Amino acid sequence: MADVDRRRRSFLARMMRVLGGVAIVEAGWIAVSALLPRRHKSPLMSGPGVIVAGPVERFEPGSVTAFADGKFYLARLEDGSFLAVHRKCTHLGCSVPWNADEQRFACPCHASAFDIRGDVVNAPAPRPLDIFPVAIENGIVKVDTGQLIRRKAFESSQVVRV
Amino acid sequence: MRVPASAIRFTHTFGLGGMALVLVLLLAFTGILMMFTYEPSPERAWQSIVSFQQEVLFGRLIRGVHHWSANLLIAVAVLHLLRVFLTGGFHGRRRSNWLIGLGSLFCILLSGFTGYLLPWDQTAYWAVTICTEMLGQVPGIGLGLQHAVIGGTEIGTATIINFYALHVAVTPLTLFGLLIWHFWQIRMAGGVVLPGASVEDSPDAYRTVPLAPDLLLREGVVTLVLIAIVLVIAIAFGAPLGDPANAGISPNPTKAPWYFLGLQELLIHFDATFAVMIIPLLVVAALVAIPYLPYGAELSGDWFLTPKGRRMAVVATVTALLFVPLWVFIDERVIGPGGWLPGAAAVISNGLIPFAILSAAVTGFYMSVRKYFVATINEAVQTLFVLLFVSFAVLTATGVWFRGAGMSLVWPWQM
Repeated sequence: MADVDRRRRSFLARMMRVLGGVAIVEAGWIAVSALLPRRHKSPLMSGPGVIVAGPVERFEPGSVTAFADGKFYLARLEDGSFLAVHRKCTHLGCSVPWNADEQRFACPCHASAFDIRGDVVNAPAPRPLDIFPVAIENGIVKVDTGQLIRRKAFESSQVVRV
Repeated sequence: MRVPASAIRFTHTFGLGGMALVLVLLLAFTGILMMFTYEPSPERAWQSIVSFQQEVLFGRLIRGVHHWSANLLIAVAVLHLLRVFLTGGFHGRRRSNWLIGLGSLFCILLSGFTGYLLPWDQTAYWAVTICTEMLGQVPGIGLGLQHAVIGGTEIGTATIINFYALHVAVTPLTLFGLLIWHFWQIRMAGGVVLPGASVEDSPDAYRTVPLAPDLLLREGVVTLVLIAIVLVIAIAFGAPLGDPANAGISPNPTKAPWYFLGLQELLIHFDATFAVMIIPLLVVAALVAIPYLPYGAELSGDWFLTPKGRRMAVVATVTALLFVPLWVFIDERVIGPGGWLPGAAAVISNGLIPFAILSAAVTGFYMSVRKYFVATINEAVQTLFVLLFVSFAVLTATGVWFRGAGMSLVWPWQM
């Protein structure tokens, strides 16, 4: 009788420990899920989406135009092609201003510099500035700020020609 | 209840643990007062702090006390860790308490960092940008971690809510729990470590005094003097509040909070894999391992353990003070951003090679000092710790006072 009693008790004690473990795992899971990035598109979280930059003629070849809403610069290269360059430095995330005199994006934080195509001219930036896809429809330049594209180096396939 | 007379001498502990507790309580008090006005949203945060300072009675003072207590707490907690280490207070029963102390320090740093963002001014926004980007550079999991911390891909509403919840609930509750445990463990270990050989011949050696009033009076004096100092600094300097955060304009230079500037300085000299992952992981592992190293004897009680330990610590301090600035200068001006092997991948040229050179130098220093002084393991480990601690302090000082526009090396008066 005492033996059955003891076995019953140790069974119950073990079950309590198992349930306690399950409870901790559940609580941990809920806590981690609460911390995960909010994936759903609430109006606060999502960006402005596709931005209509304007007609092609408005942008001179060799010029850079800032779009603060979309957090990018629309660069028109000397050959007339377009590139939408993200304004965030690939080193530590500072916003890079365009310096028209020196024809480069110069990061104020750690002296990284990028040319008009976003390619690295000065370390410590590890890779060129990210870009957004550009589309030209009926002579109107549009930039999709929903998709950020990381790149290892500048390639001519990244630009969009008129 | 009675305590040993030698244990309550001010210069034995400098009252650092008690000071840390006072600062934590000041922070809780002033923090709760600010919670009644603060609004954690990018649109309202900065304005709500301006209103708190202008419209609430003593608002500016309350925020000043919170700001300066937070900064002092980090310094005091680090000095407390240094005191415990240098008096060998981590052996035997105190082993686990060393780990609890490290956990508390982590909480304090996290509190400081999460609080840094809340004013939502330019300094706050960009310092947190820099720090979370540093986190994002950890190979593999970095980007995921970064996005979890800031609640998305950009610092915004989700970030400020995350940081606010961590700052006002998670870190303070955890810290209070850890501190209660910390004090309980000190009690179980029979109070602070007792001075050893240094007091053997003094009349204090075996004398005990009543806890009340002898110890309480000393703690009371430390508390009141500390509060007075915090009040004077808060009244004189207040808490800074710059222009509201602007995601389009980075200030030049952009710096992390001062307690992470040593890390930012590392990132200037090392590739990200080493600067934000391998080196910090090694440091944390070393700190955790300290009580568990195979010491010959549990040497504790006196500052620097022994007179020999003190001489060795001086050697380590002088070495670090001479060598680290030299390294910073050479790496910046002679080696340059290309690294030690230009052309090779950055992780080798700016990572593996300088890391191997420095590791060899530190190992060589350890071996030769140990041999020259015929030191015990305790003294040798202490010397190594002092060398690395002073090195990190020099890196932090470099980041704070010697980095100007574009993070280039300048003299403090040129900034």
